Parts: sequence; structure tokens; C-alpha cells
Amino acid sequence: MTHRWGMTVDLDRCTGCEACVTACRTENNIRIAGPEQAAKGRSIAWIRVERYYEGDFPDVRVKFRPVMCQQCDAAPCEPVCPTYASHHNEEGLNAQVYNRCIGTRYCANACPYNVRFFNFGNPVWERPLELQLNPDVSVREVGVVEKCTFCVQRITAGKDQAKAEKRELKDGEIKPACVQSCPTSALVFGDLNDPESEVSRLSRSSRGTKLLEDLGTQPKVTYLQKQY
Amino acid sequence: MDLRTEQKINADLLRPLRHTSMSFYSLVAILGTIILVGFGSWMYQMWNGLAVAGIRWPIFWAFYITNFVFWIGISHAGTLISAILRLVNATWRRPVTRCAEVITVFALMIGALFPIIHLGRPWLFFYLIPYPSERQIWPNLRSPLAWDFFAISTYLTGSTLFLFLPTIPDFALLRDQMTGWRRRIYGVLALGWQGTTKQWHRLEAAMQIMAIAIVPVAVSVHTIVSFDFSMSPVPMWHSTVFGPYFVAGAIFSGIAALIVAMAILRKVLHLEEYLHPVHFQNLGKLLLLMSLLWGYFTFVERLTTWYGNAPAEMAVFWATQTGSYAPLFWTMVFCNFVIPFPILAIKKLRTITGCVIASSTIIAGMWLERFLIVVPSLATKHLPYTWSHYRPQPVEIMITIATFAAMVLLYTLFSKVVPIISIWELKVGGDAPTHLTSEEEEEKRALWRVRP
Repeated sequence: MTHRWGMTVDLDRCTGCEACVTACRTENNIRIAGPEQAAKGRSIAWIRVERYYEGDFPDVRVKFRPVMCQQCDAAPCEPVCPTYASHHNEEGLNAQVYNRCIGTRYCANACPYNVRFFNFGNPVWERPLELQLNPDVSVREVGVVEKCTFCVQRITAGKDQAKAEKRELKDGEIKPACVQSCPTSALVFGDLNDPESEVSRLSRSSRGTKLLEDLGTQPKVTYLQKQY
Repeated sequence: MDLRTEQKINADLLRPLRHTSMSFYSLVAILGTIILVGFGSWMYQMWNGLAVAGIRWPIFWAFYITNFVFWIGISHAGTLISAILRLVNATWRRPVTRCAEVITVFALMIGALFPIIHLGRPWLFFYLIPYPSERQIWPNLRSPLAWDFFAISTYLTGSTLFLFLPTIPDFALLRDQMTGWRRRIYGVLALGWQGTTKQWHRLEAAMQIMAIAIVPVAVSVHTIVSFDFSMSPVPMWHSTVFGPYFVAGAIFSGIAALIVAMAILRKVLHLEEYLHPVHFQNLGKLLLLMSLLWGYFTFVERLTTWYGNAPAEMAVFWATQTGSYAPLFWTMVFCNFVIPFPILAIKKLRTITGCVIASSTIIAGMWLERFLIVVPSLATKHLPYTWSHYRPQPVEIMITIATFAAMVLLYTLFSKVVPIISIWELKVGGDAPTHLTSEEEEEKRALWRVRP
């Protein structure tokens, strides 16, 4: 059975601590833009925590919403890419092939979630930060678009491990960096093709909604709405 | 037409090819410098990455794509207008067609540069071309950018042919008039033209075919350029009106560019006896029609968005109507409608000067229109957390200026090597060069009305 990877985000549990953002940056060798470039909108964050404020001071309610690539089944970013750099893989992930990307940035414009990022310069890590680069993830050069992969390197490694041990993958065995680092377990990752998996169970929750669902992008990330 | 008139036509229209003034060289030097600075800016951008441009997350398209749409729009001056005027056999077209067709070819060449200039990795632009690669990867034919490639290359080929075909007899004339290496080059370009009846028939047939074929190509090109926007779920991009809106805007800005070019040529090359006020008046009427059409499309687009009241669209709508882009929006409305409409509608104001003023504001207004299509939508997409602002940077401004200089330079150089008014068509048409008083002009126009 092929896998169909998905995620749920429990907005009741999210405290906005941004551990996921930091973990993602470290895991995926994300370029550090520096404070000046970041102020000009050139920083990259495959996952971000959006803050929305409701009400007037002092009765303010803050809503945190972690937003990463929604891995849409009908992804607007895919048909617009002229070079097939942005394409759908057999496990339903929106893969980005850096080698094919020529940097038209059309995918990033078409994405309604703004989760695609462009490398405005070549990545530079000040010594000794280059020593902490993840060898399983390629470093992207100037001019290519990149985005959340659901930590595809961990998915591949997990499947290889299970195959080597001649067994089926267990639910929860594969965890992207953001899921692994979430202290409140707001993020849950798993196989949507397995009806018994935790992510499938949570996706069916009556609290479940998709982000900008009316655009018809059919995301594989489900947000569990705030109750409290 | 008597021999003396024909000799006068030859002498007048070949003068720029035979005599070169000092001011020509200084103009070329100035324009060349601007282009070199623009080219240097592009190299600087390639070396440093697009961080030196003003684009940012999530406004990934801005000045370069604005220029792309603008120049492809300008290119609709020529071929489309000249093809339509040829097809309806409008006799007054004769001195106008070549000026127009040249604009098309050069504006397309410049416009087609921008998708490459704006790339993150421009050295890999050839991935857009379907070439036999060992990995058997073709361009993604679902992508509007791939359609762009085919549409623009078809249009460029077609419009170059459309410019070249009616120039063949003039190349033959030049071959016979010039000496030395010039004679040899014009000889090659004349393709062995001897002016036999058979050759004339073939030329007529070929031009007729091209005039018919180029119209749907021109319409499809700007429709496909509009598809770059309307095919993605971005607020105020995803619109059915975009195809005809873009085509109308393209013809609109194209005619404006043609009028300005003609006025400059008339002055600089002393073509007052060939480009009459009536040419400007007729093109002015066409421009008036397009101004009304543009106003209609803009009104329709805005009104349907307002009534539709979709939250994401309304964010963009108010950003352009009353928000931070409002000054640009209302300047655009003034430039494209409020200023040119009375000038072009009132007969007394529709003079050469009036047409040039109206055309200049329209060119500026249409550039703003393209900018206002590209940027506010990207700056104000669905999730308010990601809203942002765009400020153009020197690199982008310099490259934009350089392309305007490139247009003027290419046009100047072309008018130096090819007569900018079709000599043989003038002779065939029998529009003798005349210096008419305004009464005679009136009389002549009355005559033209009854001509087939």
C-alpha cells in the first residue's frame, strides 16, 4: 500500500513557542539571511507561526497558527512550473526538484499559503556553523525556490529502516523535525491511507478544517480549531 | 505618378540612409551608454542574486514582469494595426505601416528579454525550450510560461516576416541605388527581386496570407500573457476578463507608442510631407476608441469585483482604490482616460501635438496599469499575516530605463539602414508628397472618404 502523508495541527495545543520553526531550520539546512535581509523579506521559514490578535487591549486573544506547505492534492504551484521542478510524487507530496528550478517564482505566486521561498542569495554559514549542516539534505543555491518537504529525508530513512528489519512501518515512527520538537504535541504526522493512524483519526475530528478550504486546493494538513 | 515625384520620394526617404549628422552619433553614444549601464546592472544582479532587486517574499514578481507585459503590449502596435489596415485596404495606411511593424519586432525582442532577466538562474533559461535532452525532460506544457515561450517565438517570427516581406522591393531599390558593400548586403536582402509581374503577384499573395495569419497570433499572444496571471488562484488575477482586457490594453498602448514614434520621425527626419495631420487624426480616432474600451474594461473589472465582495479580492480592491496603491491607480485613470479622452474626442484638439500629449500620458498610464496588475495582488494575498510592500531598487529602475533606451536605439539604427516609410507603397498608392494648406487637407480627406 502506498503512503499518503498528512499532518494535523491542534490549534488548542499550540503555544506559539516556535520550537518547530527552529527545529525545521536546523534539520533542513535553511539559509540564514541575516537581520537586514530578513527585514527586507528575504528570510526563509518552511514553517512559520502566524499570530492573529482578536479584541482590544486588555481583552486580547492571541491565535497562533503554524503554517507550512499544505501538500495540496490539487496544488496550484504544480501546473504553473514550466520545468517540472514543482511536481507531485507518488506519495502525494509536492516535491521540489532544485536541479530543475530556474527561479521563475511562478509557483510561489500561485501558492495561496505563501509557503514557497526563494533563495535571494547563496547560502553562507559563519564558521563553525557549517559543521552542523544536515548531510541528508541538499543545500540550495541562489535563484531556486524551496519549501517544506515534510522532512522527506526522514520519511525515506524510516521506510528504509522498516524494510531492512522486514516489517511494516509503525504509526508515529516517522516524525518530521517540527513534529518531533513540538513540546505540546500540537503537530501530528502520519499516513492518511492508514485509517487507524493517529493523524487519520484526528483528521476526521469535527474540529478539523483546512486552511483556505474554499480555494479547492485539497490540503493534506488539517487544522483542529480552537475550542478554548 | 510622374517621374519627378518619384525622384523626390527617393531623395527624401533615402536621405537618412545617405547622410549622417553629428547629432546621430551623439544620440547613439548616449543611448549606448544607458544600455551599457543597464546591462551592467543586470550582470551585478546575476552576480549578487536577486537580493539587490526590490522583490521580496511574497511579492516575487514586480518591475521585470511589469516591463515584460508592457513591452509585449507595445508590440501590438505594429503588426496588428498594419495588418488590419492592410486587410480593410485603408489607403492612408501606406506611410504608417512600416513605422508600426518595426515597433512590433523591437518591442517583442525587448519584452522577451524580461522573463530571462527576472529568472533566479538566468543561465538555465534554456530549460524553457523543448530541446532533445538525454534525460528526456520536456517543458511542462501545462504551464502558462511554456505557452508564453511558444506564443512569443511564433509572434516574433511572424512579425519579422511581416516586416520583411513588404521591405523586399525597397531592399531592391537600395541595392540599385547604393554602391560597394552596402549594395552587396542589400542585394542579399532583396532576395533577387527584379519587379517582374510574377514576383509582384507572389508578394501580394504572401502579404495577404501574413496579414490574415498575424491577427489571431497577435490576439493569442497577449491573451496568453494575461493567462500568466489569470491561471493562478491569486486575488484579482484569477479573472475571466483578463484575456480581452490585456489585448485591448496592448493595442491601446501600441497605438500610443506608434503616434509618438511617428511624431518624432516626422520632426527629426523632416517627413512632414509624408506623415500628414490626417494620419495622426485617424490614429487618434483609433486611440479614442481604445481609450473608451480600456475604460469600459477597467470599470467592468472593478464593478464585478466590488459586487462579488469576496474577502481576498476586496483586500486587493481597496488597496488599489483607496489604500497605498491608490495614488498610482488614480494617476493611471487620469493618464489613460481623463486626459486623453477630451483631447482625442474634440476635433480641434486632435492635432499632432494633441495626439502626442495624449499618447505620452497613455504610455505612462499603461505602464502603471501593468504594475498595478502585478504587484498589489501579490502584496495582498489570502493570508493577512503575509501582507507586504514593494519598493523598486536602483537595479530594477536602471534596467527599466535601459530598455526604453534600447527601443529608441534600435529604432534609430533601423531608420538609418532601411527607409522608415515604404517607398514602393507610396509610389503605388500615388500619395504624392504634398505640402497642403488646411483647406486642401480638408478637401483631400473628403476625397479619401469615397475611395474604395
